Amino acid sequence: MTEKIILAGFGGQGMMLLGKLLAQAAMADGKYVTYFPSYGTEVRGGTAVYYLIISNEEIFSPLIEEADTLIVMNQPSYQKYKDMLKPDGLLVLNSSMIKLNNLPDVKTYKIPATEIASKLGNVLVSNVVMLGAFLAIKKLFAAHLILDQLQAMLKGKKGNLFSLNKQALESGMQVIKNV
Amino acid sequence: MKQLLTGNEAAAEAAIQAGCRYYYGYPITPQNELINYMSIRMPEVGGAFIQAESEIAAISMVHGSAAAGGRAMTSSSSPGISLKQEGISYLAGSELPCVMVNIQRGGPGLGDISASQADYFQAVKGGGHGDYHTVVLAPSSTQEMADLVYDAFDLADKYRNPVMILGDAQIGQLMEPVEFHKKPKKNLPAKSWALTGAEGRKKNVVKSFYPVKGQLEEFNAHLQKKYRTIEEHEVRYEAINTHKADVILVAYGTSARICKEVVKKSQQYKFRVGMVRPVTLWPFPKEIIRKVSERVECILTVEMSAGQMVEDVKLAVEGRCPVHFYGRTGGGVPTSLEIIKKIVEIVPDNRAANTLLQLAEVK
Repeated sequence: MTEKIILAGFGGQGMMLLGKLLAQAAMADGKYVTYFPSYGTEVRGGTAVYYLIISNEEIFSPLIEEADTLIVMNQPSYQKYKDMLKPDGLLVLNSSMIKLNNLPDVKTYKIPATEIASKLGNVLVSNVVMLGAFLAIKKLFAAHLILDQLQAMLKGKKGNLFSLNKQALESGMQVIKNV
Repeated sequence: MKQLLTGNEAAAEAAIQAGCRYYYGYPITPQNELINYMSIRMPEVGGAFIQAESEIAAISMVHGSAAAGGRAMTSSSSPGISLKQEGISYLAGSELPCVMVNIQRGGPGLGDISASQADYFQAVKGGGHGDYHTVVLAPSSTQEMADLVYDAFDLADKYRNPVMILGDAQIGQLMEPVEFHKKPKKNLPAKSWALTGAEGRKKNVVKSFYPVKGQLEEFNAHLQKKYRTIEEHEVRYEAINTHKADVILVAYGTSARICKEVVKKSQQYKFRVGMVRPVTLWPFPKEIIRKVSERVECILTVEMSAGQMVEDVKLAVEGRCPVHFYGRTGGGVPTSLEIIKKIVEIVPDNRAANTLLQLAEVK
């Protein structure tokens, strides 16, 4: 098993954290993992892209020439990275912010992540909604591994954010179950 | 326990584990995670962290702490390392141990902030003025970054010589699981030559100035002798499939990661591709490259530069086989497909044709 994932959104949409949660969960699951942020001289609002590889075998090049999965949060990111997805790849997109007239010829899941997050009371958890959806589609590992990471991350003052993030994760998973 | 860290953070933590308690730096992308980590960790372990007013100030502070016998470190990226060259020459001339990290970015000039390997010449041939060498270690993973930084402090002390860690933007920012499996250093042995106050003993002198005719030549002879000893004992490299190869790739750091991918992929083709990955860039692993050059058809050096290490490869090969080069510059990172295409270009027609065909089938 080798899963090559490209994550992209605008700076501030939390793609860095989404990837890091996946990477840490994969590491906790005993997998090999490389996670490479490719930030240029971007400012807030610019496109941020992250390359995440999870594998049962040693990973040599951390660069992704052809992605198994593309998770995108906004329209410019989709335009910029859609061609890096392999022909039978998986596209998970934030349908609140990406409007497509004709769907691409790959397996596509449309998740209204911004909308769901807003309904939960905080638009900032839209990344965790996407993460929940991705987990439910690919089932790379059990959801509790992600919850463990969130719990470890949200300590002290941030402790009250855990239940919100848990809700966001579950909402994302629910979207897939309802498909 | 494994932690998910960037190469920059791994370098900083490994330095702390190795007993480094003096860090001086000046911010520059793509090595900021290192200085950031140090700013948090140094106060925790009772060490000194200073964000200096400039790169030259930072390397001079390293000089001071090293002269007083401490384990000292600085880090920067290409343009900042250029600024430090005067200080590095003085450190080498004063035989002061220290560790410097260069997370290379694209150049020349201000360049960009993407990965590059274009500072090879500067790192291995001296960089500053005078006949000197720094030991240069080139990690190709986050784990190796941690291991090499730890070892770098021992090497520096062993030979009283500056050691440089030569990474690049990708090695610095790539997150991978890291384990600090080496013992944290405590109670390091005292350095008899250090400037610790001469009460009750003969005074020590740390200097790089030898104005009396003849003394400097004598000192240079001593330095050269030391460099020969380092060349004899400290060469490190990784060799993969070198016994069963027709073509050998030579690459370090990020380029080596991609070359390893090529070696793996080549197993599907009829090529027998092997690889030599220098871990020490100085001392350069001449001997292994000379050995493989006697039994392979050709060597391909891959770098993120316009061709720098390839010169050292050619010096080691001394014409025993053709040495080819593939490089990307200005922040470009070679892809495995580009390297395979280059291999196809340089090996004899019959086999190349076969591989080309197979390549086409894969795509």
